[in-house]
Amino acid sequence: MRSELTRFSVVKSLLKNRWPQLFGFIVMLAGFLYAIMTGFIGTPVGNNNFSTVFVWIAWWAILILVAVPFFGRGWCAVCPIPLPGEWIQRGAILEPPSRKPRRFNLRWPNKLRNIWLQNLTFTLVALFSTVILTTPKVTAVVLAAMLFLAVGMSIVFERRTFCRYLCPVSGFIGLYAQTAPVELRVKDKQVCITCKGKPCYNGSAAGYGCPWDVFPGGLTKNTYCGLCMECLRTCPNDNIAINLRPFAADLGQPSRKLDEAFKAFIMLGAAMVYAGVLLGPWGELKSAAYSVGTVAWFGYVMAFLAFIFGLLPALFWLAVKLGQVLSKSNVPARHVFAAFATALVPLGLMFWVAFSLSFVLTNASYIFIAFSDPFGWGWNLFGTAALTWQPYLTTALVPLQTLVLVGGLLWSVRTAQKVGREVKIQPVPVIVFSMLVTLVMLGLLL
Amino acid sequence: MKLSREQWFYIILAGLAGALIVFAPLPVRVAPPSQRTFRVEASQFAYSPAVLTVNPGDTVTIELVSTDVVHGLYVDGYGASVTADPGQTVSLTFIANEPGSFRFRCNVTCGALHPFMIGKLQVGTNTLLWRAVGLALLAAFSGVALFPRPATVKAV
Repeated sequence: MRSELTRFSVVKSLLKNRWPQLFGFIVMLAGFLYAIMTGFIGTPVGNNNFSTVFVWIAWWAILILVAVPFFGRGWCAVCPIPLPGEWIQRGAILEPPSRKPRRFNLRWPNKLRNIWLQNLTFTLVALFSTVILTTPKVTAVVLAAMLFLAVGMSIVFERRTFCRYLCPVSGFIGLYAQTAPVELRVKDKQVCITCKGKPCYNGSAAGYGCPWDVFPGGLTKNTYCGLCMECLRTCPNDNIAINLRPFAADLGQPSRKLDEAFKAFIMLGAAMVYAGVLLGPWGELKSAAYSVGTVAWFGYVMAFLAFIFGLLPALFWLAVKLGQVLSKSNVPARHVFAAFATALVPLGLMFWVAFSLSFVLTNASYIFIAFSDPFGWGWNLFGTAALTWQPYLTTALVPLQTLVLVGGLLWSVRTAQKVGREVKIQPVPVIVFSMLVTLVMLGLLL
Repeated sequence: MKLSREQWFYIILAGLAGALIVFAPLPVRVAPPSQRTFRVEASQFAYSPAVLTVNPGDTVTIELVSTDVVHGLYVDGYGASVTADPGQTVSLTFIANEPGSFRFRCNVTCGALHPFMIGKLQVGTNTLLWRAVGLALLAAFSGVALFPRPATVKAV
């Protein structure tokens, strides 16, 4: 059940035209650079600085509550981080130049063509997140580092190597983009097979080859398509479509990749750890997570890593093995483990939504204050600097979180059953696993 | 996806069970309302004690003592708040007439982890949590019952 949005000529022209996207890019880049600047020279008080407030409250809320669940990689389509590097790499801002600039354009090593590095970068950010979230200078350093790294990688490597293999945000957006009701797909695969030159991948005068190193004709899920619209511009056969589709349509084809499976564990586990550490009443835990370099922090790091890379996967492995035993299956356990981890994708997304609702609704009033006084220097640009902190919808929060978590569990159960059918293994032990972690999350948030 | 009659039966059954879990009155221990006073110390970035347990209807007085910088205490759901300067003790009194679990949090910027300086007020039994647990169990069981199992997978 699909509905093609690009059949409407207005939508198609808007998406093919480079100017609306450039406008979005420039607005985002300006905001991004402004966040770096306010982070470096503004007040060190996190909740009074544009940098921390806009990145970790406003942007995060839009990303995890709206952009990812409804538009998948929609954020990647306007993300400013790869932009300057891409302009340098292409030697152009809009259409491809008549002469290709001389760059290294190296291929990313084959052994690193997976998301293990993204798992690593996300875990690193997660370990320092209590400091990053609350300290404007550190937020600015992280944002600037991502920008410089993206530029450097664009100069050395071809396409968007940073986004595809290193960006800590891109990894989880890709994972959860599978649940979104929007997709870019080809209309007819046969057309792609017979297409000469494959301009969607190799580029042409009309546009660039896929920056995400994806051949659209082979796209079966949203994970690695950045919705940049280059293939829509380059396809000579009008064979690219943006479709509306049911939620989670990609989850019917379970992943067989361990890197993607571990991304699901990292995200699920991190949401649970944050719910306990940041939103719980345990002051010692918060101090330990914040005191980078101390014994307590190393203890926190060990516990964090043990939970995400040890306990959660181990329990899940046991559940999968039990399912195999019950079904007398000979399918390699590694494949089944990775396939069933697909059931953790909707669950993890809903864990993040539930966590973020609490964090965002209680701190959203800082957005209005920081908007008027971005540096925390006593300005009042829009007359909202004197507003006092006020949490929003606190009475609706708990019922909302309950609905989100229970809905996520139901979605996970449904996905586990689909995976079970694919790999011919009893999904009930995995469903029990999903239920147990949901009960823990309910206990942490309610 | 076309649903079978059996699946529709399970959907209706699950809906009724869900409504029962959400709306059915739960047995709660009723204690006569009393006066409860807590001395709560606030320091960067925690309250001590961090969890306060009272009965519904109790008149709760929180004596907030700040041991380092200026801290505040705002009770979610009740909207009651108070601010204490370092070394100062201030009181906040309210009637805990809403049962459930409520976060209380610092409402004065007190340092880096200020947005996460959080405590918990427990008023009676946290029935919402138990209802949520019931809904989660129902979601898991009805999910298993609702969606057809593949013929190739043997039942447990």
